[in-house]
Amino acid sequence: MIVKVTYPHMGYMWICVKAMLEYLGVDVVLPPPSSKKTLSFGVKHAPEFACMPLKLNLGNFMEAAELGADTIVMAGGCGPCRFGYYAQVEHAILEDLGYKYQLVVLEPPEKHIGELLGKIRHITGNRSWRQVIRGVRFGYHKAQAVDELEKMAYYMRPREITAGETDLALNRALKEIIAVKAPEELPAAREKAAQIMRAVPLDRQRKVVRVGLVGEIYTLLDPFANQDIERKLGRMGVEVDRSIHLSEWINDHLFLGLAKNMRSSKLAKQKALAYLGHFVGGHGMETVGNTVLYAEQGFDGVIQLLPFTCMPEIVAQSILPKVSADLGIPTMTLIVDEQSGDAGVVTRLEAFVDLLMRKKEIREGSVKCTVI
Amino acid sequence: MYGYLGIDVGSVSTNLVFMGEDGTVKHSIYLRTRGKPIEAVQRGLKMLKEALPPQTKITGVGTTGSGRHLAGVITGADIIKNEITTHAIAASNVVPGVQTILEIGGQDSKIIILRNGVVADFAMNTVCAAGTGSFLDQQAARLNIDIEEFGPLALRSRVPVQIAGRCAVFAESDMIHKQQMGYNVEDILAGLCDALVRNYLNNVGKGKEILPPVVFQGGVAANVGMKRAFEKALDMEIHVPPYFNVMGALGAAMLAREATSRKNTGFRGFGIVDRDFYAGGFACDGCPNVCEVVEITESGRVIARWGDRCGRWSGLLEQKEKIS
Repeated sequence: MIVKVTYPHMGYMWICVKAMLEYLGVDVVLPPPSSKKTLSFGVKHAPEFACMPLKLNLGNFMEAAELGADTIVMAGGCGPCRFGYYAQVEHAILEDLGYKYQLVVLEPPEKHIGELLGKIRHITGNRSWRQVIRGVRFGYHKAQAVDELEKMAYYMRPREITAGETDLALNRALKEIIAVKAPEELPAAREKAAQIMRAVPLDRQRKVVRVGLVGEIYTLLDPFANQDIERKLGRMGVEVDRSIHLSEWINDHLFLGLAKNMRSSKLAKQKALAYLGHFVGGHGMETVGNTVLYAEQGFDGVIQLLPFTCMPEIVAQSILPKVSADLGIPTMTLIVDEQSGDAGVVTRLEAFVDLLMRKKEIREGSVKCTVI
Repeated sequence: MYGYLGIDVGSVSTNLVFMGEDGTVKHSIYLRTRGKPIEAVQRGLKMLKEALPPQTKITGVGTTGSGRHLAGVITGADIIKNEITTHAIAASNVVPGVQTILEIGGQDSKIIILRNGVVADFAMNTVCAAGTGSFLDQQAARLNIDIEEFGPLALRSRVPVQIAGRCAVFAESDMIHKQQMGYNVEDILAGLCDALVRNYLNNVGKGKEILPPVVFQGGVAANVGMKRAFEKALDMEIHVPPYFNVMGALGAAMLAREATSRKNTGFRGFGIVDRDFYAGGFACDGCPNVCEVVEITESGRVIARWGDRCGRWSGLLEQKEKIS
């Protein structure tokens, strides 16, 4: 039997997973991009107190089913964040609704990468190990390519001459990466994509403020979930840096740090120790640690993102004021949920950016120490 | 005479301030928005025009509040700014050296921390509107007292009753309970003020260092009961500035003065009072996001669009220089 595999959206993650699975000859049915419709499906059938990622996952699966998907591939975990059992909960809800889905949960390997490869083989059938490993590497390299482009966009958005041009270029560059079918074609596509990005005219002298984004991984990575915060900030003249990128996460959690010379969450966790002595689930420690790191690297501010009711991030949130006071870096927390009106978010972001710009101007001595 | 116009379009009220070159308020107007921001702005401008001497010239316009973009488009504002920045600017000009601003409006409440004259930190209520003007309004209406009498009545209380302040729903049921037990209205109102202040300090002011001088502004600052409750809870003197209910508009006017120091204003004149603006909307069918696109038309001509995530509609209009 040929399975039609689907998986939930999380920003550009689909590009990397699709590359890996299709390389291995798996039929992939991609859910339509997350939208209000996705969310409304999720909200209708998910427990009210669950966080937004569960609701969006559920909506993704329901929309993918309409397109013929019959197998779910989903990441797992082992708490204390509730995400660890979302795969099972979502599967149970879908069964209650009458969907016939097979479920394959990819858990971070506890001891050996073989556990993960075994799960992957479950989907890929009789491919050789060598091929499976090649497929995983291919997906990983695509994730790296996408992350590279996103990072270029962070630098470009606040400096672009014509508003919106960076994002047009980013979309075109991503298409180059998406189109690649074989690992050996990837380097050329990466070069071409980078060229597209470099062609955007920039004003490199422009004064910008730098803001680090920390928080829960799903809300950080998914522009639908975070109401496009990176673009909004970019347009306000902010160069952002996101503390978690997919390729880094894959390296840390799935390859157990196999690839060296890469930003790793280890350092962030070490930095967190002064404030938070042990694992609290999710990315709570990374949130605290990365805030410390951003302060040390001279960033102007830090924004924490979390879905409403996210326990690990609530722990981190209550620690951030202390970090902020100790290291003199302004922080702000944004909680996302079902609400789609973005006036409130824009107001808060704008006020935060104003604060950072004023602070920077005063530090650099270009204005007097008064409000006007 | 010439001066600057500041407009603050909030959820509950729309405020206009006409400010002289020296930063003093020459005229202020406080109106109910009543869910129709365009009409409110036009009404306000009409009243302002009638109140000012005939040769008055507007040399700069700033808009703020949740309806700032709408008001900005209609008036041709020189600057469109969020309400946190404008409140901070107004307060630090009116009360020099202010370090803490408590602001409670119709549907939101915020705390702004200033150090050395610069905003150092701020917070806004996130998921809860307990303790804001709308809730006080509603409770006053339920007890059949005018909102203006609320404060003075609360001041007469001797033994404020204990009321749950965590959530407006809990607070309301607690109030009804106390009222049925036979407590008098003064003590219930004072208890409600205490509860709301507790809620504010725990929710909005959470973890912030509140240092004097403290300024209390926004529509709710009219309520002397709330002012006293803050003084009790913080054990500090609380300043309520003379134009406490139009501080956002005042800040916007001050910013307009700054924005027009080197260029001419984009103000479209008092004639806009009689023009026919219409805010329409439609659901875009381009993708499953079904964005609710807002379209502002002036005599049938589209002058602004927003609300689309992808820029399909807002990008159709000529890209004007960004002012916000």
